[in-house]
Amino acid sequence: MHSESAIRTPLILGHKTYHDITHDIVAPIENKAPRGWYVLVTIAALIAAYGVGCILYLISKGVGVWGLNKTVDWAWDITNFVWWVGIGHAGTLISAVLLLFRQRWRMAINRSAEAMTIFAVIMAATFPGIHMGRIWMAYWVLPLPNQFGSLWVNFNSPLLWDVFAISTYFSVSLVFWYIGLIPDFATIRDRLTKPVQKRIYGILSFGWTGNAKAWTRFEEVSLVLAGLATPLVFSVHSVVSFDFATSVIPGWHTTIFPPYFVSGAVFSGFAMVQTLALVMRKVMHLESYITVKHIEYMNIVIIVTGSIVGVAYITELFISWYSGVEYESYAFINRATGPYWWAYWSMMTCNVISPQVFWIKKLRTNLTFTFFMSLVVNTGMWFERFVIIVTSLHRDYLPSSWTMFHPTWVDVGTFIGTLGIFFTLYLLFARFFPVVALNELKSILKVSGESYKQEAQHHHH
Amino acid sequence: MANKVVYAVYEDPDVLKDAARKLVTAGVKVRDVFSPFPVHGLDPIIGIKRTRLGIVSFMFGLMGTSLALLGMWYFMVHDWPMDIGGKPSFSLYQNLPAFIPVTFEFTVLCAAHGMAITYLVRNKTLPGMPARNPDPRSTDDKFVLELRSEDNADIDGVIGVLRETPVFEINERQY
Repeated sequence: MHSESAIRTPLILGHKTYHDITHDIVAPIENKAPRGWYVLVTIAALIAAYGVGCILYLISKGVGVWGLNKTVDWAWDITNFVWWVGIGHAGTLISAVLLLFRQRWRMAINRSAEAMTIFAVIMAATFPGIHMGRIWMAYWVLPLPNQFGSLWVNFNSPLLWDVFAISTYFSVSLVFWYIGLIPDFATIRDRLTKPVQKRIYGILSFGWTGNAKAWTRFEEVSLVLAGLATPLVFSVHSVVSFDFATSVIPGWHTTIFPPYFVSGAVFSGFAMVQTLALVMRKVMHLESYITVKHIEYMNIVIIVTGSIVGVAYITELFISWYSGVEYESYAFINRATGPYWWAYWSMMTCNVISPQVFWIKKLRTNLTFTFFMSLVVNTGMWFERFVIIVTSLHRDYLPSSWTMFHPTWVDVGTFIGTLGIFFTLYLLFARFFPVVALNELKSILKVSGESYKQEAQHHHH
Repeated sequence: MANKVVYAVYEDPDVLKDAARKLVTAGVKVRDVFSPFPVHGLDPIIGIKRTRLGIVSFMFGLMGTSLALLGMWYFMVHDWPMDIGGKPSFSLYQNLPAFIPVTFEFTVLCAAHGMAITYLVRNKTLPGMPARNPDPRSTDDKFVLELRSEDNADIDGVIGVLRETPVFEINERQY
């Protein structure tokens, strides 16, 4: 068994037994949902329904109902796409990268963060889908023989790389998540007494028995999938950045984009994990498992990635001047001082300046402040994508084409709607799924549990 | 004589591991162990070999790499070569830089899914499969050791050895 330093902060607070862990995580599934859950899910579902309405309206009328025009032909749609994919990255980072680094604190949050990843990627994939205009032709992105009506797809295009990257990312994340869920569904199955519920969780648990060989295989699969998901998650946002970087638009044609996009993605993803985790630990009484230390660790990741993003912004700005390319310099001067200055400075404030306050320990361990900051970071990251996309496009090479982008109610409704769909899915997850990886938490109880640590310390004296 | 199966229930993974070691040293064959989470270090004691799933994943990954390259060569170079944006498709070698992202993604796709499917099939965990753990508490907080009379002729003697370990309870069943 691994041993851990006695002075390291425990990850499971209180005097928990294995049975207590099962009880604490499964009780919210067994019991009736609190009234607050019904209120929240109703609000989220109404917003989701409005979003679905906007999407259906868009599909029936065409992309013209969005505020896009000939010059700014990507705006909120692709902003939202990149924003949602970026949010998804934190889940994979927590479950895969932190697994490879043997970070035990990931175990309290990996399950919910992976759920967030899956729902965020679904939201992300919606946008390029509906932006196609004729979504019934969506199968044309697949390499289908010419008899289907088009030529082979172009494998030199980053847009096609994106199809492969996003679909691989989504399906691999889903499988990784579900394989981890199987043993926990078995725990719920063996605990429940109502026949219908028992049957449902029985089907979901795939007949898991938890014998020695199965656990050996489970650990091997988790490790190899983490090893595969780690380069995958870096590749996904790199490929998303290629959509921009391989073009010849000033402000997009930059080699710094892949690492800059990936760190921005992790930055915003951790902020969303904070938003969700802070509410969930309170409502579902998970304070013993998602401790202040967990929140602090995530805030440290936010400082690191936020600082990388800040360095990237400044490097980009410097290179635009140093390159001597007047189009490139203009693109950046225009971002900071042009008609979209407010978007640029919102981005700078939210992403570069604000995360630096987390250097102060008092602030990064303050839960209310962390919640507020998580919203600030995600607002900033939305503006980052908006700035990159819209300010680069709205000043064309031909000044007669210069224009502004004005979102319509459909743009706004679609974005707000995806938030509604996302939160509906997340609330359903929190109600019916084990929100913390039970089997993983139990495996660290004797190493990182508070009472075990105290006992060990007592023993030494 | 009917076959007999003995389930020794323990409350702690380390206690179970010590008990298993003691039993194996005494020449007892342990059939299986059911636990709520992986008990590290147990496999060599009860004689479980390392899984070969990693190799399976590697093979599926190689298959993905080959299929992706073969497919892209066929679509882009052989079947219908196109000159898009002044970037003609002459040969696989010359186009390779542009083919790397899709090759990578497809390798990961095949390696991950190939391994996951093999894992589910080998574990006999598929939708609708019945649960075969002998004690429902083994997915909560109990660690169950399974011993069978077909592996151990003197099963009653084995129970005697079990009683010397800090066992929580011993259940016997005929089958």
